[in-house]
Amino acid sequence: MDAIASAIRVGIDPHLDLDEYDPAADLMVLNFGPQHPSTHGVLRLKLYLDGETIVKADTFMGYLHRGKEKLAEKLTYAQITPIVDKIDYVAPMTTEQGVNMAYEALLGIEVPRRALYLRTILAELQRIASHLLWVATMSIDLGGALGGGTTVFMHCFRERESILDLFEELTGCRFHYNTHCIGGNRHDITAGWPKKVKATLDVIDSRTAEYESLTTGHRVFRERMVGVGVLPGDLALELGITGPNLRASGVDYDLRRDAPFHIYDELDVQVQTEKAGDCFARTLVRIREMRESIRIVREIIDSVPEGPINGAKPVKSPTQFKAKGGQAYACLEGPRGEVGTYVIGGGDNRGASPYRVKFRSPSMHALSALPYILPGHSISDCVAVLGSLDPILGEVDR
Amino acid sequence: MNPLEHPLLRGLIYAGVVVTVLLIIVAWAIWFERKFAARMQSRVGPTLVGPMGLLQPLADVLKLLQKEQIIPENADRVLFLLAPPLTAFFAIATAAVIPFGPEMIAADLDIGILWILAISGLMVFPVWMAGWGSSNKYALLGGMRAVAQGISYEIPLVLSALVPVVLTGSLSLADMVEFQAEHGWLILWPPGPGIIAFVIFFLSSLAEANRIPFDIPEAESELVAGIGTEYTGVNFALLQLAEYVHTFIASMVAAAIFFGGWDFFGIAPGLHWMVLKTFALFFFITWIRWSFVRFRSDQLMALAWRWLIPISLVVLMASACWVFWAGV
Repeated sequence: MDAIASAIRVGIDPHLDLDEYDPAADLMVLNFGPQHPSTHGVLRLKLYLDGETIVKADTFMGYLHRGKEKLAEKLTYAQITPIVDKIDYVAPMTTEQGVNMAYEALLGIEVPRRALYLRTILAELQRIASHLLWVATMSIDLGGALGGGTTVFMHCFRERESILDLFEELTGCRFHYNTHCIGGNRHDITAGWPKKVKATLDVIDSRTAEYESLTTGHRVFRERMVGVGVLPGDLALELGITGPNLRASGVDYDLRRDAPFHIYDELDVQVQTEKAGDCFARTLVRIREMRESIRIVREIIDSVPEGPINGAKPVKSPTQFKAKGGQAYACLEGPRGEVGTYVIGGGDNRGASPYRVKFRSPSMHALSALPYILPGHSISDCVAVLGSLDPILGEVDR
Repeated sequence: MNPLEHPLLRGLIYAGVVVTVLLIIVAWAIWFERKFAARMQSRVGPTLVGPMGLLQPLADVLKLLQKEQIIPENADRVLFLLAPPLTAFFAIATAAVIPFGPEMIAADLDIGILWILAISGLMVFPVWMAGWGSSNKYALLGGMRAVAQGISYEIPLVLSALVPVVLTGSLSLADMVEFQAEHGWLILWPPGPGIIAFVIFFLSSLAEANRIPFDIPEAESELVAGIGTEYTGVNFALLQLAEYVHTFIASMVAAAIFFGGWDFFGIAPGLHWMVLKTFALFFFITWIRWSFVRFRSDQLMALAWRWLIPISLVVLMASACWVFWAGV
């Protein structure tokens, strides 16, 4: 297969057990993580090193497994939202939306337009916040916690804080919002909120050039990123990689345009793509997506229609929503790619809980590319490649 | 008897004064760097310990001194425990020949610059001892990187330091400074060789001292903490201290051999100019550190072997030609 062949540049099958294959190779095995400052949590990589060059990389996941899918079978439909907040802890808004969209599809509940607008705004703000955090952590991966990377980190976090302030004003929480529910949203837009959103976006927009000068415009940054960790487009498709990682590999695919949810069918989303597929392309795509998200929010923030924000009947008890069977899948374009939820109805509590829930997490698919693209790189590049894929381990393990 | 007349006593007193002053200045330099970095990052930095957090370095050292010493089970105990003090020793020993002011020098060796280069060249050994003795793969990789980097950057460092030697005709730092006080700073005159040699010397010193963007031996996002991974408490403090002292001394040497040391166009020569120039250079190093991400190890080697070494050879030849034809 062409994709695999192009990935295996050093001539080693990524599925091969090296211990048996070549005992004379004299490779050093390095357990990279789970306790390592730049594995973005608790990822563990087993690296076979020839000097500093990676010959083979094995990925081990599951150190942050919390059994969310099993837990979802025990909880009623209305109880799930605060639980899924902790799946993707960098973009809880989109995770909440994804699971509630699937439940709404299963239970057949319409979401009013005001709530759809609000969800779109929240999703885009969350995308900006998440990409800001990515730029921050990427710089730390390259520059270390005691150097230039920290400068970018601190500046990006300052801007992310201002978005969290907006979320806090709306939902009362900075992080685990619990603001979406079946049929719409819990918290309506307050009086001064749109104005504050616009002011915050103006600040972030004016400072995006600053981040660009510190990252994509920075010579050392480019030296470290260009041509590193090339992910071919066909390999990315084969592994089910979505989101910015896929678009940076030259595949023009974005659910906001290709399978519109919320109110995206009324918006003209400019999908950002790059051809190179390396770490630098992923940086470019994410920074441009931040700009695009700012544009989208500005476009719709003033045209939010009046009306209710929840289409479900007022809830008398948590077990009110019931589905005797049936199944539904809903997906949306999160900051990391396709956030999908597949649900089968008819579980415990006489149908008030789902029979089975499956969360599709884009980070897990992104990490599955590591054994293909890491061989041939050095340890320094390993950190850059891992960071550029934007994995959130909470989402990988669920 | 005047203790300064006895050579051994005099040596001890001078050494004590230099080391004490140096360590105090370095502690302040750490405070300065933290404050400066904080300003760059829209933070405030240390504020709680002492006025404006001035006693923060002291608190850090006290904290590290209290910590338990952990020695890994499989570590080579001798190498492991010997490495940090040796690193700190080599870093501080170079201060002996630095002329802080007119007649203010602990030991005016005839081969001052050679002493500095030789001693800082020896730094590779304790670093490798730490890397090997820790019995840790990250430390081992960090040690290997440090040795490769140290050996590669030693060459442009020596070649660029030879430019002032050729131009001033002396290996003694005190002579060099006096020459510059008389004929003008080497960075300004002769035009060309001095400033290029300074840039190469500066970059190589950064690499020798493991400062960002050349800090790949302890690249904490890749190698956890490199050679420092297994060290705790006072040994860790010594390793960190060595890095700062090394950086600071590199600034001092550069100030002395390229910027005229204690001279400032003949205006009130003295210690203050030396301190000012050193801090200006240190400020510049700090500025670089907090705005750059780090190179990859092979890019770092390429920089040394492809650019710095050939350029420094050319500059050395050019300055030799200058001395031969143009005189001083």
